[in-house]
Parts: sequence; C-alpha cells; structure tokens
Amino acid sequence: MNLFEPFQFAFFRNGIIVAVLAGAICGLIGVYVVLRQMSYIGHGLSHSIFGGAAASAVLSVNFYLGAGLWGLLSALMIGRVARRGKIGSDAAIGVITTASFAMGLALSNLFGQAKRSIDAVLFGSILGVGGADVFAVVGAGALSVVVIYSCYRQLLFATFDPEVADVSGVNVARIEALLMLMLATTILFTMKVMGVLLISAMLVTPAATARMMTNSFSRMLTIAPIIGALCGFVGMLLSYHIDVSPGATIILIASTVFLVVFTVTGSRGRRNVGGLGHH
Amino acid sequence: MTNVDDPTRLDEVASAGRILVEVDGVSHSYGGPVVLDHIHLSIEAGSFLGIIGPSGSGKTTLLRIILGNLSPTRGAVRREPGKRVAYVPQVETVNWNFPITVSEVVLMSRASSIRHPWATGAERRDVSVVLEQLGLGGLEDRHIRELSGGQQQRVFLARALHRQPDLLVLDEPTSGVDVRTRHEVVHLLTDLHRGGMAVVLTTHDINGLATHLPRIACVNRELIALGSPRDVLTPKVLERTYGAPMDVLEHGGLLLVTDVPLESS
Repeated sequence: MNLFEPFQFAFFRNGIIVAVLAGAICGLIGVYVVLRQMSYIGHGLSHSIFGGAAASAVLSVNFYLGAGLWGLLSALMIGRVARRGKIGSDAAIGVITTASFAMGLALSNLFGQAKRSIDAVLFGSILGVGGADVFAVVGAGALSVVVIYSCYRQLLFATFDPEVADVSGVNVARIEALLMLMLATTILFTMKVMGVLLISAMLVTPAATARMMTNSFSRMLTIAPIIGALCGFVGMLLSYHIDVSPGATIILIASTVFLVVFTVTGSRGRRNVGGLGHH
Repeated sequence: MTNVDDPTRLDEVASAGRILVEVDGVSHSYGGPVVLDHIHLSIEAGSFLGIIGPSGSGKTTLLRIILGNLSPTRGAVRREPGKRVAYVPQVETVNWNFPITVSEVVLMSRASSIRHPWATGAERRDVSVVLEQLGLGGLEDRHIRELSGGQQQRVFLARALHRQPDLLVLDEPTSGVDVRTRHEVVHLLTDLHRGGMAVVLTTHDINGLATHLPRIACVNRELIALGSPRDVLTPKVLERTYGAPMDVLEHGGLLLVTDVPLESS
C-alpha cells in the first residue's frame, strides 16, 4: 500500500488542505470555546447552521451564502441569549438550534434530490471539497488570525474576567459578538470536511489537549492549532485508506492524541483539564 | 453620623474635594423586589469609603452601579469625565485554572488601548515595577494558581494599580484570606489612600477592616447611615443594618463589634 497514493488526486489534495486548515482553525477558535465553556454553544451553532445548509441545497442557493447568513443570524441570536446569563439560557439555545436542525432534516426528507449534499454536510466528505472551498477555508483562517492578533488582549481579558474587562474600557458585548461571528465562520467553512455532527468535537479536543500541556494562554494558542492541523492531516490520509468519513477519522485521531497526552501528563494535565469547568 | 432621612448631609459637609462619582437617588431591582432604594452617595477624590451590610443587602449591586457596569432602575449616577476607575473582584470569583501567568494578568489592565498581542520591553518594565511595589518581584512568569493567598490577592491589586486609577474599587478584598494577608491588604490600601487615591470597598469584615476606615456606609436595601466608624458603628445602627442585636466595645483605641449573647438579647 502506498501511503501517499491519494495525493495524485486533485480532490484529495483539496480535501487534505481543507482538513489541515480546518483542524488548525478549529484548534485556534477552540481555545476560546474551551476556556469560555462555550462548547455547548459551538455544538448548537453547528446544528443550527445545518438548517441553513439544507435550505441552500434545496433552493439551489450558494452553500456559503445561504448557510452563512443563517449561521451569522443564529450566532448573534445565541450570543444575545447567552449574554443575558439567566437560568435557562442553555435551554433557549437548545430550542433555537435543534429547531433549525430539525428543519434541515425535514427539508432533506421532503426534497430527496438534495440528500447527497445534505449527507455530506452532516458527516463530512472528501468528495464535497472543491477549489473554491480551499479558498474559503484559507480566507476563514486568515480572518481568524487577523481578528485574534488585533484583539488579542481584549479577547483574553473578556474571556478571563468579563466583568472587570467591562469596567476597564473593553467593549465586552462587541468582543463576544465578534467571537460568535468567528465561531460561526469557522463552523461554516470547515463543516464540509468535518461534518455538522462532529465539528463541535474538533472545537473542543485539540484545545483541551493543549490545556493539559501548558499553563500559558499564549502557548495554548500556539499548541492547539498545531494539534488540530496534525489531526486533520493524519485523519484525512487514514480516512482515504480505510474508507471511513473524514470527520469521524479526524475526531478519532484527535481523541487518541487527547488520551495519550492525558496519560503522559498525569495528575498535572488532569488538574488543568479538570478545572476547565470550575471557576 | 449622617441623618438617616438625609444621608447626603454629612457627606457634603465632609467633602471639600472634587466629586468623582455621585450616586443620586438610585434605586434598583432585578425585575423582582427592590434591592436598592433611593441611595444618595458621593465619592470624592482621595476619599476612602467602606460599604458594609449583610449578605443580600445590595452592597455588590451598589458597587456595580458605582463602577458603571449596571444601570440603575431609577435615579442617576454622575461621573467626572476622564477619570480612570480600576476594579478588584473577589478572589473567590477568579478562575484559578485559567492558563495565565502573573504578568499576563497585570498586562490586561491596558487591553483597551494597546492593540499588539505581546508586551513590549517598556510594558514589561512597567509590570515589573508594579509587581515589585507589591512585593511580587520575580513572579512574573508564575501561573496564578502557584501563588500564596496573599500573593494572589496582590496580583489583582497590581492589575488595578497598573491602570493608574483615580478611583480603586474592591469587592470584599479580605474575604477568604488569612489574618496576615488581611493585614497586608489593609496596609496597602491605607498607603494608596495616603498617596491620594480614592478607594471604595465592600466588606463583611467589620473588625478586621471596616473599623480602620475613615468613612463607612451601612447599607441594607437603603442607606442606613454614613460617617466615621465612631459615628456609625452604634448598636442602634448595626441592629437596623444587620437585623440582629450587636454590641460595640472599645479595645486599645479601636472599636470592636460583637454579637450580643443570646440570653441577654
């Protein structure tokens, strides 16, 4: 078996570029998702965007336009509900996002001709990735890096201590909206490879693994995208050879890396990652 | 002591300085019962005010209104423009598992004005100077969880001081800390006040902290009294504030507030 045989195919080359970049972007944004305990929001948002993706497929509207508008709207709504911080905000997010997901499934059942592209969005597919998708993911990655670079301190302050950040002149509401938009963009541009059902795992696993490896925020922000990119590369290659969907393979690789780091770092790593849910 | 019916009177008499924040007839509710009712309070440049009251009395709500991150349901809050405010939250609210070092915490204070992610040499020197002042020199790269209780409290003070504030606001600065740390905090705040900084804090610690302050506000939904500890800390005011009988003794020139034994109350 020639391990690098699939590189002769253009679709695979596109797929692996998108998978590597998707892993890196998910790792990068995942640092904020994990530290802000937003994994449920990421999970819900990916399900919500699925509704827009299904509607775009049925109406033959450009995927990124339809799902993108839907995603941005959902992100802002979820951000608004979550910011209120009242008891039950998670229930409200659940209602908004699962209704959108159910609508996507209903459209998929009613209009069978869109089933293939909808399946690709649900589970991820190498075949669904074209040249335009590569440019889209590169654009999403560049946007994330620029936003994180230019708002690094404000993002950090609003993540660590939003109340004090607010008093210290940081526009926390704007920073949180920006983060939600970045999250929606990341999900939108990486869901074709990862799949809606598995993308939230990629938003959590590389960042949680990086958290076990370091106590420094800036180092975590470097390690998590590297882990994500490596998982994207290895997972995509394995996906071709064992004929399993790329999303599932990438997540399984990421989970294996998590387990290895969890074992190697011992109690220190467990304490770091165990504390993610506690304030 | 300030007249309960006109709580601003003594404040105005005592104040010759500029007013940094004026809380004017402020009431607040979170959609249910009123948690603050018609509060008048002014904070002058260089003043030092402690807000005391039982749990749920509205102290933290009043603090958030003074800080400006909560808009009151009724009344107005006026602030002198251009004045910098720094806030030190309760250490118990800090996420100690967050991956962050001492210098990263202090550098946050200027997040709104500095765009580049990494600290310049000049910024690092500034941080070292503040940390040195607070006895935290050499701890720049330590994770916040690796510090002692006193050091942890001082890191958040360092972040606030790095902002070079005109008004320093602290929520329960001695809550959850040992006696030694409490002494350190009281001395540090006294020094800052002597240096001309206005300080406002909330506390449950009447004997360890409030009795050392020049001015105290007793709050329980409304402003019960406002004035010096000697004027304000009377059994009558304390009973109105806390809803329980309390005695006030004097020991070594300091006031000592104690519970009244059950059989005599």
